Amino acid sequence: MSSATHPAAAPATSGAGSNAMILFAVAAVAVLLVAPFGVYPVFLMKVMCFALFACAFNLLLGYTGLLSFGHAMFFGGSAYICAHTTKVLGFTPELALLAGVAFSAVLGLLAGLLAIRRQGIYFAMVTLALAQMFFFFCLQAKFTGGEDGLQAVPRRPLFGVIDISQDIHLYYFVLAIFLFGFFVIYRTIHSPFGQVLKAIRENEPRAISLGYRANQYKLLAFVLSAALAGLAGSTKVLVFQLASLTDVAWQMSGEVVLMTLVGGMGTVLGPVVGAAVIVTMQNYLAGLGEWVLVIQGVIFVLAVSLFRRGFVGEVIAVWQQMKARKANS
Amino acid sequence: MFELLGIPPQALFGQLLLGLINGAFYAMLSLGLAVIFGLLNVINFTHGAQYMMGAFGAWMLLNYAGIPFWGALVLSPIVVAIIGMVIERTLLKRLYHLDHLYGLLLTFGLALILEGLFRRQYGSSGLPYNNPLPGGTNLGFMFLPNYRAFVVAASLVVCLATWFVIERTKLGSYLRAATERPDLVQAFGIDVPRMITLTYGFGVGLAALAGVLAAPAYQVSPTMGSNLIIVVFAVVVIGGMGSIMGAIVTGFGLGVIEGLTKVFYPEASSTVIFVIMALVLMVKPAGLFGTAK
Repeated sequence: MSSATHPAAAPATSGAGSNAMILFAVAAVAVLLVAPFGVYPVFLMKVMCFALFACAFNLLLGYTGLLSFGHAMFFGGSAYICAHTTKVLGFTPELALLAGVAFSAVLGLLAGLLAIRRQGIYFAMVTLALAQMFFFFCLQAKFTGGEDGLQAVPRRPLFGVIDISQDIHLYYFVLAIFLFGFFVIYRTIHSPFGQVLKAIRENEPRAISLGYRANQYKLLAFVLSAALAGLAGSTKVLVFQLASLTDVAWQMSGEVVLMTLVGGMGTVLGPVVGAAVIVTMQNYLAGLGEWVLVIQGVIFVLAVSLFRRGFVGEVIAVWQQMKARKANS
Repeated sequence: MFELLGIPPQALFGQLLLGLINGAFYAMLSLGLAVIFGLLNVINFTHGAQYMMGAFGAWMLLNYAGIPFWGALVLSPIVVAIIGMVIERTLLKRLYHLDHLYGLLLTFGLALILEGLFRRQYGSSGLPYNNPLPGGTNLGFMFLPNYRAFVVAASLVVCLATWFVIERTKLGSYLRAATERPDLVQAFGIDVPRMITLTYGFGVGLAALAGVLAAPAYQVSPTMGSNLIIVVFAVVVIGGMGSIMGAIVTGFGLGVIEGLTKVFYPEASSTVIFVIMALVLMVKPAGLFGTAK
């Protein structure tokens, strides 16, 4: 992908900047710790699940330049495994989560091996087609419950001892998972590995000529993204006690693209903001039925036509402009 | 009658014919996608929605204006193509200088809008459309419904005509030249932006024509496009978008393979095309008729 795609590449963190970052992170975690006393916890958990999903997706689109149109297969596939192992095999939540993540990582490896053989637009079409194949598999397979999905998945005690049947207790577990996932992604982006991914995004032939095996890097990023999307999907099962075909349908893949686009692709916080905006919108507009689809489409068109940098990307751009002006005066 | 591997020949030929019809739609849609991609570098995600609009156009013309199928076959694609050209002029045009992915995202958003609007207005279940060519011919080994024969023949004629225009006429040579080097063609005094608009209109019209043909064969429903377009994407990946003939051959061929799968192993009929796509990606990543670029 060309550099024009990523006007909002994350700014380099200087000394003063990283202090501000740490302050911001501490404040954000503090807000999240007290938030369930003011806001409905299930809603917050839903936002965190989708925020993690979008962050995982952004690792691929924003930092590696690969548009996957099939991420629902990792999200939903992992959800099915988590629900099945909990409900039928009697796994405790942490084991069910691990099983779900392991499944989506393996699925990501298989899909990634095929998909990275093509680039750009073909990559998007291949991932979309593979996800649709997985959708039909889930529709016909016995263990997924077909059209009904897996309902009323029990919330077993965590590690066999900690009770999470209350929403408020579960909230802190989901928050821990979200922060863990977010931290993994943050560290990945700011590691030497992440730098190579960005190099591949900006100019793949050049990265190859510098001696980097671009395909191996892309594959690893794909598997990591799939595994984290799976973590989000499995966590969603704990919250809603449900895994269904909605989670693996192509509309879900589209939704995560929309969240990332609206929030700002290639920014650390963009997907979180995007997920919060879209989930909030869906909650308020749930009564409007088919209009939700239309409104999502309109947001897509507006975002692509008018603010390609997304919310967070635009804020960063304005902030950098102000800084540049201050430096000049 | 003889039996083939335990399958009665009526069932076999019946599914083969259904496969050919599906293949006809795959061929027309992937052809339109390929023509649009060649000149615009945009993968038109709205293609499925435009196919659906073609079918709804025929239904509306019949139910609101009393225009029968044969009139709709001409009118509906023209109307949908005009709407498509307006979209190209107002929205798509502004994205050509950006990464190709933005075109995909924009057309995906448009597809959501169109599908949502039609679902709100007409519901998710399908609307019936009467068969304009009832009856059929008994060929001895099978019964051939007239309309299905017409769909396959019409699609073949349209596909081959498109191939002829692009590969064998002067207009087609301009088009192929503009696909390679738009700047140079522009310098020779040919209005490339207008050509791009007309090409998009043509590709969209092709999708709408397929939609009109599909209306009597299937039901007219708002979701008919999104289900089909993903399969067509797989068809495009298998065939590669490099050649017109490749798109036609792959479309019909995969339709037939899908039909045969329905006879011999029905459980796999909805996934067989995706499996073939995976196999082709392993053996020849550029697609059967594609050239690595």
